[in-house]
Amino acid sequence: MTDQGFREIIFSINGKQRTLYIDIRSSLLEVLRNELGLTGAKEGCGVGECGACSVLVDDVLVDSCIYLAIWADGKAIRTIEGEAKKGKLSKVQQSYVKEGAVQCGFCTPGFIMASTSFTEKNKGESVTEDEIRKAHAGNLCRCTGYQNILKAVEKSIEP
Amino acid sequence: MFDLKKHIKATCLDDAIALLIENPNARLIAGGTDVLIKLRHGKKGYSELIDINGLEELRFIKQDKQNNILIGSGTVFSDIIQSDIIKKHIPMLSDAAQSVGGPQIRNVATIGGNICNGVTSADSASSLFSLNAVLVVKTQGAIREIPISDFYLGPGKVDLKKGEILTTIIIRPDDYMGSFGYYYKYAMRNAMDIATIGCAVCLKVKHHILADFRIAYGVAGPVPIRCLKTEKSVTNKKITLKLLDDISRFVAHDVSPRTSWRATKEFRMNIICELSKRATKKALNRAGEGL
Ligand SMILES: Cc1cc2nc3c(=O)[nH]c(=O)nc-3n(C[C@@H](O)[C@@H](O)[C@H](O)COP(=O)(O)OP(=O)(O)OC[C@H]3O[C@@H](n4cnc5c(N)ncnc54)[C@H](O)[C@@H]3O)c2cc1C
Ligand code: FES
Ligand code: FES
Repeated sequence: MTDQGFREIIFSINGKQRTLYIDIRSSLLEVLRNELGLTGAKEGCGVGECGACSVLVDDVLVDSCIYLAIWADGKAIRTIEGEAKKGKLSKVQQSYVKEGAVQCGFCTPGFIMASTSFTEKNKGESVTEDEIRKAHAGNLCRCTGYQNILKAVEKSIEP
Repeated sequence: MFDLKKHIKATCLDDAIALLIENPNARLIAGGTDVLIKLRHGKKGYSELIDINGLEELRFIKQDKQNNILIGSGTVFSDIIQSDIIKKHIPMLSDAAQSVGGPQIRNVATIGGNICNGVTSADSASSLFSLNAVLVVKTQGAIREIPISDFYLGPGKVDLKKGEILTTIIIRPDDYMGSFGYYYKYAMRNAMDIATIGCAVCLKVKHHILADFRIAYGVAGPVPIRCLKTEKSVTNKKITLKLLDDISRFVAHDVSPRTSWRATKEFRMNIICELSKRATKKALNRAGEGL
């Protein structure tokens, strides 16, 4: 590594401004988990296949395992930890609970962020099952068989 | 951690070109969905990066006065899907963009990176072959325009010289106006899988005659290919079910699929022939020809 190995980034994480001095080699996922202690986002595959590390960057859904941490500079990051407001779960989170869409829970933080991105984009619109499936095609779940996740997303879209 | 030794953020296109020239061992990174995977897998040659991620200068979809459609190399697949210009004029490119990865990938993967990565399975490549796309490549003091069919030199190898950056993809009015197209991706899974075969068809119809026919494939050879012999044989022929059968027989002579762990050569050939019919039929339907 050269002396350029570290860089300052300023970004907001779940609404709070932060300044960090980070190793240029880190992924956003590594910074979230190791520097900020936000261990909601998980590392499943590390190569963009499973979505367990999904977070929102300026409200765009990305896999944080293949997103350079330095790209977060100047951006607003949202993770599962910021979704419950004042101790109250978000509508998407509540729907997952109600529909029993969680088993081991490893995939859940990533799924919730994908569902959150989808429901925010389609607020007040009617969506098809196929659209819900497509919007979650980047997330894998080894436990639930997806049926209850699908129901939870349908429920989160309801007005 | 990615095994990076050097990372320099480019402030604009010209800066990126200058940085590439100053750092002869460095490579570009745009969305990183190929580069970062290679780094994860410990592949050599990617430890110095010039970063063009999010450069607004390279992110656009527009139509110029001559009706050329211009797509910036830094445009991500989600932009292409959402673009009214693409929806209206080149729906087949929307098909192709929709078929890439999942939402997380489409939100960051750029069309320029997809082409420059040089793999035969790139979903945008076969579509752009059938659209006769022209690539604009810039370096210090020089700009080249290259037809996409000349851009692929071999697996993972494209016609980019040191210090050159792909800036724009041009689709000319002759190639999309009055044309109807369809992109058919055959993969083992419906989502998040790379193509076993990708087939792109673009055609024009005049009085039930196939006035223009362009068909291109991904994974039917080491690089994306056009089936020029087939195209010649079927242009100006009357549109019938027999013509579809002819197309599916002819394409077999234009392609050279291989066996890989994903599929055997024979299976691929079968899919190639079948997709030529399906994609052509869909494109004809879009052109208002009910077959
Ligand atoms: C989980 C997953 C699923 C995927 N599924 C598909 C799929 O279904 N179909 C498909 O086609 N692809 C798929 N891909 C690959 C696809 O994401 C990439 O090909 C992507 O389009 C590359 O764009 P990028 O911006 O991420 O490129 P990068 O990784 O940043 O760069 C790719 C290459 O292009 C070069 N490059 C980038 N921009 C330029 C430029 N402007 N000028 C010159 N060179 C440049 C880089 O130096 C590098 O060599 C998938 C990838 C992943 C991780
Ligand atoms: S850990 Fe990021 S996609 Fe699997
Ligand atoms: S609940 Fe276990 S992986 Fe989805």
